[in-house]
Amino acid sequence: MKKDSEEIMLMKGNEAIAHAAIRCGCDGYFGYPITPQSEVMETLMELEPWNTTGMVVLQAESEVASINMVYGAAGCGKKAMTSSSSPGVSLMQEGISYMAGAELPGVIVNVMRGGPGLGTIQPSQADYFQAVKGGGHGDYKMPTLAPASVQEMADLTVLAFDLAFKYRTPTMLLADGIIGQMMEKVVLPPYQSRLTEDEIRVKCPWATLGKPHGKKPNYITSLELLSEDMENLNKRLQARYRILEKEEVRFEEIACEDADYVFVAFGISARVCQKAVEIARSEGIKAGLLRPITLYPFPVEKIKELSNRVKGFISVELSAGQMVEDVRLAVNGKVPVEFYGRMGGVVPSPNEAFNALKDKLIQ
Amino acid sequence: MTEEIIIAGFGGQGVLSMGKILAYSGLVQGKEVSWIPSYGPEQRGGTANVTVILSDERISSPVLNTYDTAITLNQPSLDRFENLVKPGGTLIFDGNGLSKMPSRKDINIYQINATEYSIAHNVTKAMNMIILGGLLKVKPIIEVDNVLLGLKKTLPERHHHLLPMNEQAIKAGMELIQVFTV
Repeated sequence: MKKDSEEIMLMKGNEAIAHAAIRCGCDGYFGYPITPQSEVMETLMELEPWNTTGMVVLQAESEVASINMVYGAAGCGKKAMTSSSSPGVSLMQEGISYMAGAELPGVIVNVMRGGPGLGTIQPSQADYFQAVKGGGHGDYKMPTLAPASVQEMADLTVLAFDLAFKYRTPTMLLADGIIGQMMEKVVLPPYQSRLTEDEIRVKCPWATLGKPHGKKPNYITSLELLSEDMENLNKRLQARYRILEKEEVRFEEIACEDADYVFVAFGISARVCQKAVEIARSEGIKAGLLRPITLYPFPVEKIKELSNRVKGFISVELSAGQMVEDVRLAVNGKVPVEFYGRMGGVVPSPNEAFNALKDKLIQ
Repeated sequence: MTEEIIIAGFGGQGVLSMGKILAYSGLVQGKEVSWIPSYGPEQRGGTANVTVILSDERISSPVLNTYDTAITLNQPSLDRFENLVKPGGTLIFDGNGLSKMPSRKDINIYQINATEYSIAHNVTKAMNMIILGGLLKVKPIIEVDNVLLGLKKTLPERHHHLLPMNEQAIKAGMELIQVFTV
């Protein structure tokens, strides 16, 4: 990505999201505070973008209100977003399904904490299923991006908006408490102007901006009472998802070229596993790491290809084992796929991940 | 060079800000840095800790099992983190209110009575800077000038009149720290 001034800054992942949103021309943020992501709205309030780019920042009365404000803004062709953490994102699921059904773009940030229920405020990755398998009802898919550094919190916020508008779909940035709370170096993305009303008319043909004379009105709805029409909407969505699956898969490979064993991990788990790879290599074990950056679309083909030449995979997650199911589907029984995870806000250490590799795959 | 540091104490002792200043100083010195706070219940009374990594290379895991250096400002932190220092590593502890002293023989241990000193000299707010001074004396990982620049970046401008007091505290810490023999 082309950077603006290349100024290196030190900030939290949550703060980087706020900066990136303003810089990529976001029109509105609507949210409700919850640990561990409250700094997103705090930073926006501090930066007061309404005085510079004109971006609206609003603390809504609830998460349900926030997601529906995003829905409304998207219906007008605006770049809108919300952010929350696990329990708050559960509240948004209805709105997300409606956005998918109404073919509306928007960005939802989930800085995950331990669940179920109100859970804990400590980091977790247990909302993987909710994000990639459709937490709301109906046959929809949601592009889901998994940042593993503060730099990616900024970069993937920009990408999330691009994908949302390219495919007219709600798009999720799925981070965890550590990536949100940790400080690292970051170079912020360059400024892009917010779209003008005229530009929105051209780029967002669905936008309800008032009906000019002689033009058919735009309807924003996810309701089609005729089954055939509803099936056609579904077909349109599915066709779009197939393109997404072909065009938008993103991942990072670390030391996979000659690897016998491959960790599969995203977010903070991927950082932990990167160190586990270093430990393994120092002990003469050829380990590698495949880090999915897009959780949906999942890097199925890459894993298939690796499964032809490695002896086994181990998925390391802050959950009871969710992404591991997708790894197993991709590997399709060719080699063993093991799992190691911690739950409820506990983050495994690199040694734990390395020991799991040894115990479960190598013996 | 990679230096993995944990700083731990009671909430309010300036643990998180000390880590932040260290991280900013590392940034000024052109290092890769990561800073992870305990943001959980600890922050709301109890023990707080922060992990800071300064490195010449890309940092893989910001989450660690062992540390090159542990700095502990109370008994629970000393009890927990003394054992997590790598053999040959460094432990710096504040002796205030301790009933059980460190006992490991395979690490370098230093005592710095910063709490006592800061009360006696009426600089309790700069207590964490005294500790930081002690760290820089025994582990000169960052140049003091860069620490002062880092401090300036961390402090809001309205507090910049406090910079000289903090600089003095760093110097005091360099004098105060001493080897602790088990």
